[in-house]
Formats: sequence, C-alpha cells, structure tokens
Amino acid sequence: METYLLLKVAWWVLLGVLLMGLAVMVGMDMGVGTMLRYVGRTDTERRVALNIVGPHWDGNQVWFILGGGAIFAAWPLIYATAFSGFYVVMLLLLWTMIVRPLGFEYRSKLASAQWRGAWDWAFFVSGFVPMLVFGAAVGNILQGVPFHFDWNLTSRYTGSFVALLNPFAILCGLLSVAMSIYMGATMVMNRGEGVIRERARRLALWSGIGALLLFTVGGFWVSRMQGYHLVRGPDPATAQTPLRQIVERSTGDWLVNFRGHAILWLVPASAYAGLLPGLVAARRGASHLAWWLGALAWIGIIGTVGTAMFPFMMPSSSEPSHSLTVWNSSSSEYTLAWMTGFTAVFMPLILWYTSWAFWVMRGKVSAQRIESDEHAY
Amino acid sequence: MIDNTVVELSRWQFAATALYHFLFVPLTLGLSFLLAAMETVYVTTGRDIYRRMAQFWGKLFLINFALGVATGLTMEFQFGTNWSFYSSFVGDTFGAPLAIEGLMAFFMESTFVGLMVFGWERMSKAQHLIVTYLVALGSNLSAVWILVANGFMQDPQGARFNPLTMRMELTNFSDLIFNADAQSKFVHTSIAGYVTAAMFVGGISAFYMLKNRHMEIARRSFRMAALFGVLATAGVITLGDALGFIGGQAQPTKLAAMEALWKTEPAPVAFNVVAAPSQSERANLWQIQVPAGLSLLVTHSLDGTVPGADDLEKQAAERIRNGIPAVVALKRLAQDPSDAQAMAQFTAHEKDLGYGFLVQRYAPDQDASKSTPDAILQAARGTIPQVAPIFWSFRIMVGLGLLMLGYFILAVIYTLRNQVEHQRGFLRLALWSIPVPFIACEMGWLVAEIGRQPWTVYQVLPTWMSASTHSVAYMVFSLTGFVVLYSIFIAIEMYLMVRAVRAGPDADGPDAAGPQGEVAAVRAAPAPAGRLASRWEG
Repeated sequence: METYLLLKVAWWVLLGVLLMGLAVMVGMDMGVGTMLRYVGRTDTERRVALNIVGPHWDGNQVWFILGGGAIFAAWPLIYATAFSGFYVVMLLLLWTMIVRPLGFEYRSKLASAQWRGAWDWAFFVSGFVPMLVFGAAVGNILQGVPFHFDWNLTSRYTGSFVALLNPFAILCGLLSVAMSIYMGATMVMNRGEGVIRERARRLALWSGIGALLLFTVGGFWVSRMQGYHLVRGPDPATAQTPLRQIVERSTGDWLVNFRGHAILWLVPASAYAGLLPGLVAARRGASHLAWWLGALAWIGIIGTVGTAMFPFMMPSSSEPSHSLTVWNSSSSEYTLAWMTGFTAVFMPLILWYTSWAFWVMRGKVSAQRIESDEHAY
Repeated sequence: MIDNTVVELSRWQFAATALYHFLFVPLTLGLSFLLAAMETVYVTTGRDIYRRMAQFWGKLFLINFALGVATGLTMEFQFGTNWSFYSSFVGDTFGAPLAIEGLMAFFMESTFVGLMVFGWERMSKAQHLIVTYLVALGSNLSAVWILVANGFMQDPQGARFNPLTMRMELTNFSDLIFNADAQSKFVHTSIAGYVTAAMFVGGISAFYMLKNRHMEIARRSFRMAALFGVLATAGVITLGDALGFIGGQAQPTKLAAMEALWKTEPAPVAFNVVAAPSQSERANLWQIQVPAGLSLLVTHSLDGTVPGADDLEKQAAERIRNGIPAVVALKRLAQDPSDAQAMAQFTAHEKDLGYGFLVQRYAPDQDASKSTPDAILQAARGTIPQVAPIFWSFRIMVGLGLLMLGYFILAVIYTLRNQVEHQRGFLRLALWSIPVPFIACEMGWLVAEIGRQPWTVYQVLPTWMSASTHSVAYMVFSLTGFVVLYSIFIAIEMYLMVRAVRAGPDADGPDAAGPQGEVAAVRAAPAPAGRLASRWEG
C-alpha cells in the first residue's frame, strides 16, 4: 500500500509540473496576445509579434488540454468539483480561449483593417481573460471554496459567481497576467527586432516588476489568511473519500509546512531568484536568459502555492471536513500506475520534439519575411 | 433532488457542442492523410505540382483545423463543468484515455502542425514529409483514444464499481483499450473521416474543372480523392456492418431502436426498410419490410433472432427490482463502510446497481427504496431509447453511405478513363455532394449516442444522474452563449473556406497581388547560420 502513497504524491508533483508547463507555454502565447496592440502599432508589426509564437501556439495549447485531461484521470473529484463549481468563470475562460486558435488562423486571411482590428481585440481578450481566470481560480482555492458532497459524492457548489471575484483572487489573477506578459515580452524580444523588441523590453520590465510586487503582497496576504489543517483522517496510503476526515481552519495554517521544514523556503525564494535577475537580464537585452528566469519564477510561484497547501488541493470553506486533499481525491492505485507509465514514456518525448520544433523555427522574425511568406499568420 | 430540466439542457448543450465539433474532426482525420499522400508523391517524384497541391489543400485543412481545435477545448472541459457526477463516477477509468490522448497524440499533432505550415523552407524534403505524416498519425491516434473512452460508455469493460470510493475503478487496462466496440468504432469513424476528405477534395476539384481553372491540380486531386474515397467507403460500410454486429450484442436496446423492433419475433426476422415508429404506442404505425432481412443482417444467419423492445423491457424490470437493494446497501455503506451486512447485500446485487440508480428518477422523493411498481414500469420503459430519431438517423447514414459508394465507383471509372472533366453533370453532382459525408457523420453520432440512452455508461450510470447540479438559469446562459458564439464561428469559417476555394491554388498568401504567380520564386531564403550566435543575447 505504500506504493499508493508514493503514486499520490507523484501525481501531485506531476499536476504541478503540468500547471507550470501550462503557465510557461500557454501563458507566453497569451501574454503576446494581451500585449499585441501595444507591442505592434502597425499591422506588419502585429503580424511579426503573432508569427513569433505562430508556429508554436497550437503545440503549447496542448499543455492546457493535457492539464485538463490529467486532472480528470488522476484527480477526478477535483476535476468534477472545481470545473462545475467555477461554472461561469470556466465558461468565460473557455469562450475567450476558443477565440484564440481562430485568431491565429483567420486574422491575416483578409486584408480589411476592420477585420484585423477586431481580431487584435480578440487576441487581447483571449490572452487577458484566461490568465486572469487561471490566477483567480488558484486564489479562490487558496481561500477555500464553498462546496460539499452528498452521500454519493455528488458535489454541490453553494457560492455565487460574484464571490469568485474577491480581492485576493483578483490579485492572483493579475499576478498570472503579469507573468504571462513578462514571458510573452521576453519571447518577443528574443525573436523580434528594432522597435518591437524595444517595446517588448519595456513591457518585460514593467510586468516583471508588477509580478514581483503582486507575489510579495500575495505572500503576506496568504500568511495572514485562514488556512486549513487536517485534524484526523484515514491512513494516507489507503483508498478513501473526502467524507471521513476532520479538517479545521485557522489563521497562518498555510505557513505550517514552511515552518516545519525550513528548506521549503527555497520554493518561494526561487520565484525571486527568477524575477530579480530576470529583470536585470531583460534590461540588458539578454532576452533568452530573461525568458528562462521567468520560467523559473513561474515554477517558484506555482510551487509556493502547492507547498503552502499540501496536502490540501481544494479546501471547502463551507464544509471544511469535505476538503479535497492529495490523500482523498486521487484515482485508484492501478490507474495512477498506468498513467505514470505513459507519462514516463511520452513526457520526455514531448519535451524533445517541442525543443526540436523551437530549434527548427529559431532566429529573428522580420517584417520582410512575413510579407513574403505565404504561410505566415 | 435532481432537476430534469437541468439534465435535459445539459444534454442539449453536450449534443450541440459535440455535433458541432464533429463537423470538423472527420475532415481533419482524412485530409491529413491525403496531404501526406500528395507530399509523398512530391518527395518521391520531385514533381513540383504535388507540392503545390499539398500546400493548397493544406491551406483549406488549416481553416477547418482551427475550428476543430477550438471546439475540442470545450469537449475536454465539458465533462467536468456539466457532467460532474459522471466525471467523479467514471474519471478513474474514462479520464485515463483522455489524458493519454493528450500525451501520445494531441501533443504530437499540434506541435508538428506548426512545423508543417511554417517549416517548408526550414527542413529537408524528407523531414517535412515525416512531419506531415506525424500530423496525420497524431490526429488519427487522437481518434483512437477518444473512441476508447467512448467505447467504455457504450460497453463498459475493464472496470469495476468500488462501493467504498463510490466510483468505477479501472481493473484491466487492456480490456479497456481492446474493447471490441471501441476498436471497430475507431476504424469505422476514422475511415468515415477519409470518406469525408475524399468527397471534400473531389467536390472542390470538380468545381475547378467546371470552371476550367487549375486543371492540372484539379485532375490530379480528383483522381487521388476518387481512389482514396472508393477504398474508404468500402471500408466504412464493412466496418459499419461489423460494428452493428458487435454493438447489437453489447447493446440490444440500441439495436431494437435502430430497427424499430418492438416485439421479439421468431426467426427469420423481417427487416423494416422504412417505418413510422411510435414511442407511445410501442409499435410501428406502418412499415415496409423485407422478409428474413434482419436475421441475415444482424446475426448473419437465417435462424438467428433479435430481441425486441417488449422482452428487453421485461428483462430491465427484473434487473431494476434486483438493483434496488444494491442502492439501499450502498447508502448504508456510505454511512458506515464497515457494515458487513450491507456489504454482503451490496455484493449480491452489485451487477444491477445501475438499474437501481435508474429507478430513482421515477421513485417518490427520488429514493430507490420507495420505488412503486409504477416507477419500476416507467424506468423499464425508459430503457428503450427514442426509436424514431435512431431509426431514421441510422437509415439516413446507411443510405448516404451506399450512395457515396456508387458515386466513388463512378468517379474512379471516369477518372481512370481520363474523361471526368467532360462529365459536367457528374462534376456538378460532386460539387453539391460535399455536405453529404458531413451529414452521414453527424447521423452516425446520433445513432451511437441517442441509442445509448438512458445511460451515459451503458447499464452502469443513468444520464439523469450524471449532470452537474447547476441552476436552470446557468444552463440557459451557457447554452445561449455556445449557440451565439458557435454560429458566429461557423459563419466566419464558411466564408473563409469559400473564399479560399474561389481564390484557388495559385493565390499567393493573404496579400497576393499578382494572379498565377509562381509561388516558389518569391519565397524567402532559409535561415542563415549566423542566427544561432544571437540566441543568447536575444
């Protein structure tokens, strides 16, 4: 039965990795979308920005889809509870996200300025809103979400849509937007030239500073908010439901893990270790380095949330004892074992061919090339 | 308490978004292979016209692909947003193929599609060809895993209900993947996609031949499509027959509905060619029959018989009565998992748990233990899905399939005799038949999914229990949103598609100025090596 415990923790880590992949890769593309109207003033400049991520947006988006699929397979109760509970915001995320593939494929198919202008706004919305929702969802989960289960594990969300847009959630949403702009901007610096690169550099600096501030404020906020702790529950290595545990909440609970294991402070520290030198690198124009440091910062930010909450994954504010944890919401041992096997084989493969795709498409994207390339977006 | 209106609206939303998504998927499945075939000819013979063909059809492929990807996002999330009980109940089993689809297939397809579009000048011919094949392989592997997931809903294999965690848990992975329903449906569905692509390419090529434009590309594309199409259509029909055979055994209620068979008849059973099924009368108002036809079609023999709705309802009533104690015991186990007596009762009635769930809908207070004989009767009647839509969707699908087979046979004859461009009537038919495979695919979805009702997972989990506990207002809001958004999308997509077709293969990109320009000449030079050095400084 100890294997089951290990598998649960491994899938908690893997979920984190997928969320990091999603944040870094999809976030970057969405950042480019959000800043498109600023970074490009003319149509050609905007097309340059779009074509910088153009060959990769579709592959990157699969991080998002895989994230959904992996939560479904490994954490079915969380998939069911979170996605249905956050219904209206999930729709906002979905409806804005599905505009993006069309934006890439359709925007430059017609020459009309009105047509392209409309798609540029669509890019803004489909970059800004999903990242805001992504961050805000995490913000809500940190505070606890009002839901409970019936005897047969039917989940019932009892909060309102408006309650999801509380100040702390908005703060987390803005942090995620700022990070996405930072990642998008460093990528545009990387593969853009001249005025586009300069504008992207300014954006990288401002968004990086913004992210730094928001993360710091958020950290203090979390340290003073009500967290959750497991008073009593079944043996973590056994199969269980969230109906047989006792959970209580008190202020400062989200710091307990850090206090218990000082080494864990390295996790939030890596957010700073990414952002502070990242800002210096971006300022000096070392955009490639700045991008990688941004990825490190994302790892630190998402890792901090996970570390603070462990073993909680989605606490319930209305019925704390129904909170979803690493122990009570995973799939069965057999399913997790199979999923681990597939991940071990295919994840390295994915990383390998994704890197290859970026390598094939390396180099600057210039205005001349866009105008002469019939395949360009 | 479960609100029927919410369940109904959730079903409408799922059907609408799935049918819509499925307008784009088949073309992607088939056209990706046609693109690969064209490029193969280009790489092996070096004839540039095949490159231009691959690039032109590739352009249309992408217009379609974008909407397929966009609406696929909805599908990945809708189980959680709208079918949360379903998701927690079967996620352990059903989620795995979806996640593996992402890992194994969709990542590959999506990463390489970018290279397929942008990589023409950045890779060797052979590399680009491999990339194109990987896109085709990726999209088809996606279909495998999606249909493995769907196969579990149709004929749940490889999982067992665990009363302590309240869900279906995977017990045998290979039973899940090698489910006969999933395998035959994958082949049937993906080949239906090849038929769709063949009709699409053939129809548009016919349009050019009618207009006497791009004749070189049109003739060649038409021939490839015709050959691809005739093989694919024959395959679809063969596999459709196999699927009918397998599905008929796994899901007798679906079969009874497909054939409008209300009463079990002694062998040989007649086949209803057309009929007017009435759900309330539980009979056909009228019918035209072929004697012994159904026995031959379904059992492939003269002395096989097929259970009718009347017998199936009786069996269902029996299973419902047997399933009620399972639900009662399950409730007790939820209170106290160590209740040995409840566990024994549960184990004894476990196989009919789904039927016990089914009766809750009709029982007083939705409590299975209070089931009345009338509730059991209603639930048993409810196990027969709506016959008329299934009966007719099935006939339309099969009829269109046979028509397409005839069409492709003619197309092959004409194209091999090099006379297709003179058959003006046939060319017009080809053009106007483009919607036919799309309609057939949608009908196939309807047969499969309406035919599975009243279950989301056949005989395990009723649809009525599966939906999320939203308010009616939320559902009206989301359904309206999807309808509005998707209508705008399809209008844009159709407009761009028609525009790209009218512009034709020689239109050079979005800013094309000169017509008929030789594409290759204006292409930019490949990336100079000096770029590598600039990577770290940015």
